[in-house]
Amino acid sequence: MPSNLPTQQGISCEIDQQAKAYAASGAVRHHPPRDYPPYRSSLLRHPRQPLVPVRDPEAAELSGPVFGATDVTESDADLTRGQAGEPLGERITVTGRVLDRAGRPVAGQLVEIWQANACGRYAHRRDRHPAPLDPHFTGTGRCLTDRQGRYCFTTVKPGAYPWHNHTGAWRPSHIHFSLFGTAFTQRLVTQMYFPGDPLLPYDPILQSVTDATARSRLVAAYDHDLSTAGDALGYRWDIVLDGPAATRTEGSRP
Amino acid sequence: MSPLPTPSQTVGPFYGCALPSPDGHRVAPAGHPQAITVHGYVRDGAGSPVPDALLEFWQPAPDGSRGGAPGSLRRDPATGGHAGRDGVTFTGFGRVATDADGHYVLHTLPPGGVPYLSVCVFARGLLHHLFTRAYLTGGQVAEPWLAALPAERRATLLTRPEGAGVHRFDIRLQGEKETVFLAFD
Ligand SMILES: [Fe+2]
Repeated sequence: MPSNLPTQQGISCEIDQQAKAYAASGAVRHHPPRDYPPYRSSLLRHPRQPLVPVRDPEAAELSGPVFGATDVTESDADLTRGQAGEPLGERITVTGRVLDRAGRPVAGQLVEIWQANACGRYAHRRDRHPAPLDPHFTGTGRCLTDRQGRYCFTTVKPGAYPWHNHTGAWRPSHIHFSLFGTAFTQRLVTQMYFPGDPLLPYDPILQSVTDATARSRLVAAYDHDLSTAGDALGYRWDIVLDGPAATRTEGSRP
Repeated sequence: MSPLPTPSQTVGPFYGCALPSPDGHRVAPAGHPQAITVHGYVRDGAGSPVPDALLEFWQPAPDGSRGGAPGSLRRDPATGGHAGRDGVTFTGFGRVATDADGHYVLHTLPPGGVPYLSVCVFARGLLHHLFTRAYLTGGQVAEPWLAALPAERRATLLTRPEGAGVHRFDIRLQGEKETVFLAFD
């Protein structure tokens, strides 16, 4: 197939250069840089000007949206239910805690997920991957964290899927997560990966996190104690939200 | 010891079935006499519309309270689908995806106690979300960091009036008239 796309070899070489430049910088960076050329879609979608710091204890962003029982239904945390039949694929549970950067649990907050089906196809009209749709799987879920900040989803393991960043580009299996803290500054959208996936080193989106230990925090742990007999394999993934939160208490608000 | 943060990753192209809701942009209760409209286009470094951006808005209620309220994303327990906002509660939170032209519209109430709406931008190609603010003050700004910006940069944070109750706020991710994006640390 004639193509102007770079090869995996070329992208892997760029990933390697970015990793070396990061190591040489001596800095510690937990998040991906927005300018990460191996992920081609970032080229025109990152600001060139530095971010402007706002150090205002009265900033509205130090508070944030809240959600409640009305924003979720109980079955939303089980992506294998709610359809006319069972989805195909390997049943899994994914559970963990949502913490702020002081280690405090984020309680009663919204966690949203979306993912491809077991064949690597999203139930989204723009997904052109010719893998089959699963009529029994929408791939979206949500729940509220409990008092300890815990969330838990039952789903099927998503399949890997090809994309057009370069020739032979395949996304490793992943689940997209959206999280809210107690402040808008703590907002996080990220992706959870699976341990031992051979595609991890080839993926410029995961590798955009150039710090190896930070990158490892995006990979869930298989937890045999969580696996339920005859039902689902268990994965554990804790999430730590960055960003400051208001120190003033609810009662002192205007 | 404090735990280390979970890195951000792009929202990607396929969030559409999970995150947006049909009335995510209707933060103002239906028929509210003080409702305002904020709208604009999201563009990339080539000036092309960004048709797969997701914008989130957060603000204090008109009385200045910052506690928000549940109900921005109500679900219908019978069908499992969207139930829509209840039409009465002001939640302070809006979520809207850009359309094929990169355009978005938000209906809300004026924020109390601050002159701006807080904006969080997500998009395919954007590895880490961006914060900005839409100021509704008609050019008057008191905050020192804002006053210290070059006029041309500052202008990217100011909405432009477009008739009664309608405010224009474009977001340019890169290049000419690049929006000022903010860091909170
Ligand atoms: Fe994905």
